[in-house]
Amino acid sequence: MSQATSIALQNFVKRYGAAEVIHGIDLQIEPGEFVVFVGPSGCGKSTLLRMIAGLEPISGGDLLLDGRRVNDVAASERGMAMVFQSYALYPHMSVYKNLAFGLETAGAAKDTIRRKVEHAANILQITPLLDRKPKQLSGGQRQRVAIGRAIVREPKVFLFDEPLSNLDAELRVQMRVEIAELHRDLGNTMIYVTHDQVEAMTMADKIVVLKDGHIMQVGAPLDLYNRPANRFVAGFIGSPHMNFLTARVTGRDGDRPILDIDGQTVTLPRPVPGLTEGSTTTIGLRPEHMRLDPRPGMQTMTDIHTNLQESLGGQTLVYAQTPGKQRLIIAVNGQHDVPREIEIWFDPANIHVFAEDGRTL
Amino acid sequence: MPQTSDVMSGLGPVPNVRPTLRQRLVRGIGPAGAAYVFLFPWLAGFLVLTLGPALYSLYLSFTDYDLIGAPRWTGLDNYTRIATNDPKFAASVRVTLTFVLLSVPLKLAFALGIAVMLNRGLKGLTLYRAIFYLPSLLGTSVAIAILWRQLFSGDGLVNGILGQFGIDGPSWISTPDTALYTLVILAIWQFGSPMIIFLAGLRQIPGDIYEAAEMDGASKVRQFWRITLPLLTPVIFFNAVVQTIEAFKAFTPAFIISGGTGGPIDATLFYTLYLYQEAFGYFRMGYASALAWILLVIIAFFTAFSFLTARYWVHYDD
Repeated sequence: MSQATSIALQNFVKRYGAAEVIHGIDLQIEPGEFVVFVGPSGCGKSTLLRMIAGLEPISGGDLLLDGRRVNDVAASERGMAMVFQSYALYPHMSVYKNLAFGLETAGAAKDTIRRKVEHAANILQITPLLDRKPKQLSGGQRQRVAIGRAIVREPKVFLFDEPLSNLDAELRVQMRVEIAELHRDLGNTMIYVTHDQVEAMTMADKIVVLKDGHIMQVGAPLDLYNRPANRFVAGFIGSPHMNFLTARVTGRDGDRPILDIDGQTVTLPRPVPGLTEGSTTTIGLRPEHMRLDPRPGMQTMTDIHTNLQESLGGQTLVYAQTPGKQRLIIAVNGQHDVPREIEIWFDPANIHVFAEDGRTL
Repeated sequence: MPQTSDVMSGLGPVPNVRPTLRQRLVRGIGPAGAAYVFLFPWLAGFLVLTLGPALYSLYLSFTDYDLIGAPRWTGLDNYTRIATNDPKFAASVRVTLTFVLLSVPLKLAFALGIAVMLNRGLKGLTLYRAIFYLPSLLGTSVAIAILWRQLFSGDGLVNGILGQFGIDGPSWISTPDTALYTLVILAIWQFGSPMIIFLAGLRQIPGDIYEAAEMDGASKVRQFWRITLPLLTPVIFFNAVVQTIEAFKAFTPAFIISGGTGGPIDATLFYTLYLYQEAFGYFRMGYASALAWILLVIIAFFTAFSFLTARYWVHYDD
């Protein structure tokens, strides 16, 4: 049975002495949502998670679970379970004891403990490992046990603090899928912290992008990809990251601005309020939105000098620069032997325009 | 023509450089020989000052030797007498075992308690650590033993304090029933060394394990019993072995407090004190040597027992 819970952060603040690291965050998480906090190191995402968990005191604002203020409720009584980056398994206990510890602490009956532990072990396929100690497990198995320890407590909310960052790439992909399936099967509210935007894009119902203790944008993964609210989000979401080029507004074609990028003319397909003739702006163009061959309706930039290419098999990454030495990454499908000088093609509808303060125009 | 090594290293020929002492040694006597030359100072010390005297004392333990005449071979006589006809030996073993079994667990528990307290992110930790460690540096000194005698004598500080509450205390060090316990308290007071090791062990336990336990609803007390203590067992084991050996070897406090007699009525007759009396009081070097070897066997037995039981209660993470 799903025990989905809504979570509300109202004017959430964290201070260490005089230093404020979380600055008045407001966030609404709906019951059953899989929310990912993503951002670079030091952005405050783990601190935010630990405040929600009850492991860090809340300096200001309110934390509401299903509308009830829980700022002063102990971590163990918030109905949450947490999976740590380092797994944080009890090294001296068997897997069974690790899973049972929380239930034993709560004074559950032995047969209840056994039933719940076996149920969790069954879900995570770790039944054969129940008698082993953590040191006898691989990284992936340890992570499963850590998740199992959360499951047995039947929490209302699951919290994950970069749970996959200690795993190798292949296992990370596998565990990513398993956590997503777990969310689908259990239906609980889950909050997941990561610095890996691929994890965020593939797992989240809702992504919260954080920077320096501020929320940069909240939205569905593709919303953030297609309509980033600012240059930071545009650069953070997407891999390889978005190219940013400096352009000058040289005129208008009707109400559509005409830009000059290192001597190349590009006409935007829509009016952009705030762009005045003669001003300089930053445009963004994703690597995968550029091609090496023309298509109808596309615009072109010539005299692009290639520095390096990386052949990934299904995709070729080209590291290049414009005549004005602005760096570009171009991601083209298939295998190519790219010459030193190339011409690139793109749909101008894919161009993002940013104001001087980083806002998307 | 350049040497091969110079060509290989790509540095070209080097001018004639005088070989170092090590190079000349290696060339003259080979690498193994050179190793022994460098090892010699330690090896000489070990053979002359440790192994030699140890083996000589083993020989002496089968003799009658008074430091003046030549040792006279008596076979197993010393050992037979110790085992069958020496009430003082039995008394000293009883006193020493009581001292070991009381002082070691109490000292470890006290040291662990202080370490846990200091591990709670206390301000001025370094200062407290130094202050708490101080007794360990001073504790075995003669001055502290004399101070201890003053504290627990009939008109000492302890009775002075008890007198404030109308209690007329005995002379703790001259009463057979309490004398040994004053030495146990002195031993506990020297908790600094195991405390420092406990503190280092506590620092090794990852903080997120406690956070996981907190999320699991474990109180601080339950965290201590179920997380801290089991994860600290390797350190407890180490401290227990070292402190047990130290306790068996305890000598100075008993010597000073009892004036070298082990009194009152052999109440503080530590094994080492009895050994000292036999060796340097009565000049029975052969008998004292036999006592020393028996102490070695007793300590070896306790240490071996500790190691054999360790697999059942000591948790090693890897």
